[in-house]
Amino acid sequence: MMRLEDTTVAAISEAIREEKSRKGAIAVGMVLTLIVVADEADQADALHAASAAASEHPMRILGIIPRPGRTEAQLDAEISVAGADGPGEVIALRLRGAMAAHTASVALPLLVPDAPVVVWWASDAPKSPVKDPLGQLARRRITDASLAGRSRAELQVHATQYAPGDTDLAWTRTTPWRALLAAALDRPHARVTGAEVHASRSNPSAPLLAAWLHSCLGVPVTMRASRGPGLTAVHLHTDTGDISITRPDGTKAILQVPGYPASEVALRRRETRDLLLEELRRLDPDEVYAQALALSPQFHADGP
Amino acid sequence: MTNPLRDPRDRRLPRIAGPCSLVIFGVTGDLARRKLMPAIYDLANRGLLPPGFALVGFARREFATQDFAQVVHDAVREHARTPFNEDTWQQLAAGIRYVMGDLGDPAAFAALNQTVSQLDAELGTGGNHAFYLSIPPGKFPTVVEQLKASGLSQQGADAWRRVVVEKPFGHDLASAQELNRTLGEVFPTGSVFRIDHYLGKETVQNILALRFANAMFEPVWNSNFVDHVQITMAEDIGIGGRAGYYDGIGAARDVIQNHLLQLLALTAMEEPISFDATHVRFEKEKILQAVVLPEDLAASTARGQYAGGWQGGELVSGYLEESGVDPASTTETYAAVKLLVDTRRWAGVPFYLRTGKRLARRVTEIAVVFKRAPHLPFAATDTRELGNNALVIRVQPDEGVTVRFGSKVPGTAMEVRDVSMDFGYGESFTETSPEAYERLILDVLLGDPPLFPRHEEVEQSWRILDPVLDFWAKSGTPQAYGAGTWGPATADAMLARDGRTWRRP
Repeated sequence: MMRLEDTTVAAISEAIREEKSRKGAIAVGMVLTLIVVADEADQADALHAASAAASEHPMRILGIIPRPGRTEAQLDAEISVAGADGPGEVIALRLRGAMAAHTASVALPLLVPDAPVVVWWASDAPKSPVKDPLGQLARRRITDASLAGRSRAELQVHATQYAPGDTDLAWTRTTPWRALLAAALDRPHARVTGAEVHASRSNPSAPLLAAWLHSCLGVPVTMRASRGPGLTAVHLHTDTGDISITRPDGTKAILQVPGYPASEVALRRRETRDLLLEELRRLDPDEVYAQALALSPQFHADGP
Repeated sequence: MTNPLRDPRDRRLPRIAGPCSLVIFGVTGDLARRKLMPAIYDLANRGLLPPGFALVGFARREFATQDFAQVVHDAVREHARTPFNEDTWQQLAAGIRYVMGDLGDPAAFAALNQTVSQLDAELGTGGNHAFYLSIPPGKFPTVVEQLKASGLSQQGADAWRRVVVEKPFGHDLASAQELNRTLGEVFPTGSVFRIDHYLGKETVQNILALRFANAMFEPVWNSNFVDHVQITMAEDIGIGGRAGYYDGIGAARDVIQNHLLQLLALTAMEEPISFDATHVRFEKEKILQAVVLPEDLAASTARGQYAGGWQGGELVSGYLEESGVDPASTTETYAAVKLLVDTRRWAGVPFYLRTGKRLARRVTEIAVVFKRAPHLPFAATDTRELGNNALVIRVQPDEGVTVRFGSKVPGTAMEVRDVSMDFGYGESFTETSPEAYERLILDVLLGDPPLFPRHEEVEQSWRILDPVLDFWAKSGTPQAYGAGTWGPATADAMLARDGRTWRRP
């Protein structure tokens, strides 16, 4: 790893180039740039998860760590290029003082030429991701409503500000549930007449899941508060009984389908790395998310 | 009935197989332990197996179901790709069963029938069962016969029964047809899955994407620009403990018949009208029908047998000294053939296929070698070191694409030399990318056959290869080559006659 203090973007570019040619890694193809915006407190975990995701998506990771304050504007960089710790290259940038308000000016020259850009806010997300200067550089903008103090309120803000290319890790977290529900309905089953989603009180994934079920099935969906962790159950009411997935402990779930014996399914809460991997697999707008997000405010309140 | 939760725009949802079981015959074998069981675990760990999935082992060894579960557990622990997770294991373990018996014993099959019926009741596998024949091909007819006699092959309404066989699909055209007849009498065509574990779906899709999703390759993908094509599958290992399988079979039957000819078909075929199973298969079949052998087989084929020696700093024994191999064996461990494709696109472009064991390194690649530029506006000395341009599709170990082209050497003198440019989707892509077996098993459980060769393709491949095998059978012993080299001198001579050389992959 290389440390550059009080530096410039030009010097950083030059250092990356030199380091790569020293390691003979000039020709390693980078398929995208991932901009990770994080606070000092979260940056280590976030960059770690991002570099783990680079094993599947060789990419340049630009860690943007704003350090606003009264200090002089100063740019510090830590660079580790491909080859040392994995296929990705990580450039952690600390923007001190007034520079903290000008993140895009620092990021722009460091993007991989002609490759897609993804931005991920690993701490607080801007109110409108698409209008954020870093968000404007990106084709895909990843937020995580669960980080906010009032997660469901945050989701509501996202819903009003949605632009194609936005996505939220709260939605990503529903994928295994949705996959299992879809698989359950692959079997012959009676007509679904209603649904219930159980989750911890503030969980932002639950309204998205409920909205998705509502829009796909066209049936009323009720929200129920549970003690968590996260999503704990989904019930689909049918004429012959409930199709249910219950996960009381955050790891193992029980799937019950009328007419079939109950079975146990591993349904772990996934790590950030796995969520990122899923996000980076496709970079086009997620229309299904858009639809669920738009409907989600109806499901913010837990039912009686 | 369409599933309202499945939206074609929703690309996140993986397809999970429906409730079913996989019955493995020959479950105590090496392949089952090293590949099949770990792949099943990995699928479960990735959430792609249905809840209530059952794994039934069938073998002669005396096991209680718990002992068998322990065997699976150990195999998973040792060979699985994804980290071991107790919850996933518990989910899988609940569906593990074992049936002891002889492949020819009707009583054992009656017991198996009972076991799968119980699974339908206990786990809700719904009468959907796949039979994986991980046994020597000689025993296929016995098992298929028994499956029929015991009623196991009988699929009910809304349920399926499928059979999976591994290569080799016969040892010549006649035996392949015989095998196809045997399978066809009991299982309909769509229920027979032929697995070529060398050919991962990822590879096939990569080749199709490279050729048909890009604008810059297809225009030069023909005899106007291509000089020849080399398709190589090299292994650095010997036959290991597989003498019983390998001796008498040899490299051509083991690899060229299925794997290399499939790669040839994918490289040479016309654009399918869609990526539908039927359309892709149609184009592959068409191109295989157009493949012909040159007239002089002595000049256009080569074979070899590895001799003992030092390979990469290790002393290894020769083929004839391997345990279980007939010391007078004429089985080839290296095979190379020149093939022609009689179409307008490929007129006059030879395809050289080679495969071997104990070669310098493990590599599979397709090299499309282009003609030299028709006119070089440089002095002859400037371009003395310039070879042919080449586009290389690397299949393994690191899947990707290499382009070889001429570049000026920095300096005041004008000198053009070959350089390579690589693209790999990340060095460790293979680590997290689903391994071939997982894709294969999942496709079987989903009933998704697009990339499994159908019997028509298998028979075409044998039609191409049979004359070579006959010719070799009549012409003495293969030439010895040193372990860790790139094969026998005859193979080099074969290309030299055409004024070409093998690439060093």
